[in-house]
Amino acid sequence: MMTSESWKKRAVRWAGLVAMVLVLPSAWSNPAGVKLDRAPINPADMASLQRGAQHFMNYCLTCHSAQYARFDLLLSLGLTEDQIKKNLILTDAKMADYMTVVLNPKDAKNWFGVPPPDLSVEARVRGADWLYTYLRSFYRDEHREGGWNNLVFRGVAMPNVLWELQGEQELEPGAGATPGDHHAGKLVLAKPGTLSPKDYDQFVADLVNYLVFLAEPARETRIHIGYGVMIFLALAFVVTRALKKEYWKDVH
Amino acid sequence: MKIAARLLDWVDARFPLTTVWREHLAEYYAPKNFNFWYYFGSLAMLVLVIQIVTGIFLTMNYKPDARFAFASVEYIMRDVDYGWLIRYMHSTGASMFFVVVYLHMMRGLLYGSYQKPRELIWYLGMAIYLCLMAEAFFGYLLPWGQMSYWGAQVIVSLVDAISPPLALWIRGDYVIADATLNRFFAFHVIALPLVLLVLVFLHIVALHQVGSNNPDGIEIKEKKDPQTGIPLDGIPFHPYYTVKDIMGVVGFLIVYFGIIFFMPEMGGYFLEENNFIPADPLKTPPHIAPVWYFTPFYAILRAIPQKQLGVAAMGLAVVIFFLLPWLDRGLVKSIRYRGTIYKTALGLFVAAFLVLGYMGTQDPSLWYVNPVSRVCAVVYFGFFLLMPFYSRLDKTKPVPERVTG
Amino acid sequence: MSDVQSDPGRRKFLVGATVAVGVAGVAAVGTPFVLSMFPSARAKAAGAPVEVNISKVEPGMMITQEWRGQPVWVVNRTPEMLAQLAKNADLLRDPESEDSSQPDYCKNINRATEKHPNLLVVVGICTHLGCSPVDKMKAGDSGGMGSDWPGGFFCPCHGSKYDLSGRVFKSMPAPLNLRIPPYTFITDARLLIGDDKKGA
Repeated sequence: MMTSESWKKRAVRWAGLVAMVLVLPSAWSNPAGVKLDRAPINPADMASLQRGAQHFMNYCLTCHSAQYARFDLLLSLGLTEDQIKKNLILTDAKMADYMTVVLNPKDAKNWFGVPPPDLSVEARVRGADWLYTYLRSFYRDEHREGGWNNLVFRGVAMPNVLWELQGEQELEPGAGATPGDHHAGKLVLAKPGTLSPKDYDQFVADLVNYLVFLAEPARETRIHIGYGVMIFLALAFVVTRALKKEYWKDVH
Repeated sequence: MKIAARLLDWVDARFPLTTVWREHLAEYYAPKNFNFWYYFGSLAMLVLVIQIVTGIFLTMNYKPDARFAFASVEYIMRDVDYGWLIRYMHSTGASMFFVVVYLHMMRGLLYGSYQKPRELIWYLGMAIYLCLMAEAFFGYLLPWGQMSYWGAQVIVSLVDAISPPLALWIRGDYVIADATLNRFFAFHVIALPLVLLVLVFLHIVALHQVGSNNPDGIEIKEKKDPQTGIPLDGIPFHPYYTVKDIMGVVGFLIVYFGIIFFMPEMGGYFLEENNFIPADPLKTPPHIAPVWYFTPFYAILRAIPQKQLGVAAMGLAVVIFFLLPWLDRGLVKSIRYRGTIYKTALGLFVAAFLVLGYMGTQDPSLWYVNPVSRVCAVVYFGFFLLMPFYSRLDKTKPVPERVTG
Repeated sequence: MSDVQSDPGRRKFLVGATVAVGVAGVAAVGTPFVLSMFPSARAKAAGAPVEVNISKVEPGMMITQEWRGQPVWVVNRTPEMLAQLAKNADLLRDPESEDSSQPDYCKNINRATEKHPNLLVVVGICTHLGCSPVDKMKAGDSGGMGSDWPGGFFCPCHGSKYDLSGRVFKSMPAPLNLRIPPYTFITDARLLIGDDKKGA
């Protein structure tokens, strides 16, 4: 039978757990207020990661560095040294070189206003969903010097480098929107690109998948080891709990 | 066996090994009615050891230099074998240290563990807490990300509000700079850990002098077996609490490693997104919030419009815990035998603390953040400052002679 | 209160099981810490094989190439120098390189491959205490090595002397011949130091 005293004890015990949870409320918010699409990525999909790496080398690494990663990192994506040298290293860099960029930071500042950020850990700054939405949310804006704007990153310095693939989007203002209020708008594809919208989404998903890998190469190993550790600790808990119960039989 | 016994004799003649074992473990009598809240003392010790060991291994590859610090952390995360594990153990350990210590302190509030004769244990514990806050503050600069940098900048600016030369002296430069990083590193890896270890040792020495409190708030030493002199409600720490604490350790490790392996950023609360951007002295991130364990105090700071007063209130919010043994005029220790007034006050205080913690993470330009923080700050200080009155008025229940299990 | 009897056998077993789990746990958590002290991925990448162009190394010349942070000498020996090597045998501690460290294809008097006997590729670190010896390739007294000097290398730290195959002379502080790293020729002009498995 449960006495009121033991109920109280239980309540006190749970208060501790609730306190732990309350201190850590996870609140997800996006400063621009745009609803982010969920990035359809699978970190275990090697083919997607390989395609993403290829896209990254072709479109990103020309201006953005990934200076904390070396090209030999790509070996862990199931690529051979020859494949990497032939298809993925577009400069005279060697396998052991860091993914730096030839672009002079000063020039970059002149062209774009800000130097393009290093992308090594960008996915940990922005999150996969933000990147996925961002790369699909460029639109034509004649008020901007470069001619481009972005729904997620207003006034972004980067032009849409993927416009040939995606085509050109335009912002159709929503009902009652004031001019320049881009939150109320909807993006429409005004000029199609070389990829269909579905293929373009896949292209971006692959790229984001790679960026997530790049930001934390040990991620898959981490989760993999984690399962083993949890099983071990569960076993250890069973054993130590039995031991405690055995000894505490003495205590009355 | 004979050799082992002779070796033990040899050691005992030169070092009180058997005596220490008896007095502090095998024949150290602890109340038999410890509950869930009594795990967190030993867990705090465990986390301290984890932080020291992982910290030593991190210093093997970390570079306390503004030019290389951020890169050296990425080097640890990418290139050092299992460096990511060691780093996550340390970053998660920092947050878990505060989780454990806050719960440990909560236990003190619930069961009146700060009351006579345990005032010194409480003071030493508070000293540990202050030291831990400093340790966390200095350590958070080391990854040299945007949050590291601007967090330190904001906190040192508070010192600036009181005494500009002092702020200059702390930084060793006109902004947070390489010199600051170097000295923070020295404090974080050498100075404060040494102080922490000494304080923890003294905390335990003081505890073992008077013995542990318990959920009933009864002094078990007052009821001893007349023949043996052993407290009737006491059980030897070893083996009973060693086996219990081992179970607690495994339970804790499930949570701890669960975070490390499956959610090391803890949704941005343990590792903040903006800290993956290298420190940039020319560009402030749009929203700066300290790590969650400082946010209750940060919310109090922001809630007060005048800067010097805000700093004073924030300092007072921490230091006021020291006064608890005097402020509490209650006749009983444990929450179990306190009356409605104290229970309500403590409930309000815990709620205020948690709400303040949440507000401290939020953007202060949101309309409700500062007003709510102000209300909570009033409750927070009210809990302490009104305690001499309401704790005396409180209608307590009779305390039993023996622990209730 | 119900009196539950303790069971000594079960207790002993559970203590044993807990100790076993504890030892396994400590070992499991200790392993990553030990492994973290081995060369990192960066160190390994920097220690990758290096390619050297040797087309400009004329007979009688040598170049130094860094590999894994150590100096590796590539010495192009003249026919006279090679002829001298066989005559040194009596003066040497380990003339056949029995105790010394080299790939099997270099275990000969020239300490070189069959195809390129003139080229000596050797780690320029004295086997005594790790100094880097200096070049005394010219025979005779011109280098201050005495008139009977057959040509070779001299370690300034403790005076160890090596011949032009990197073999140590008798009664020297250094115990072994200079170490030869694995290497291979990609072409006659391109040498790969640190790996002998791939390439030509």
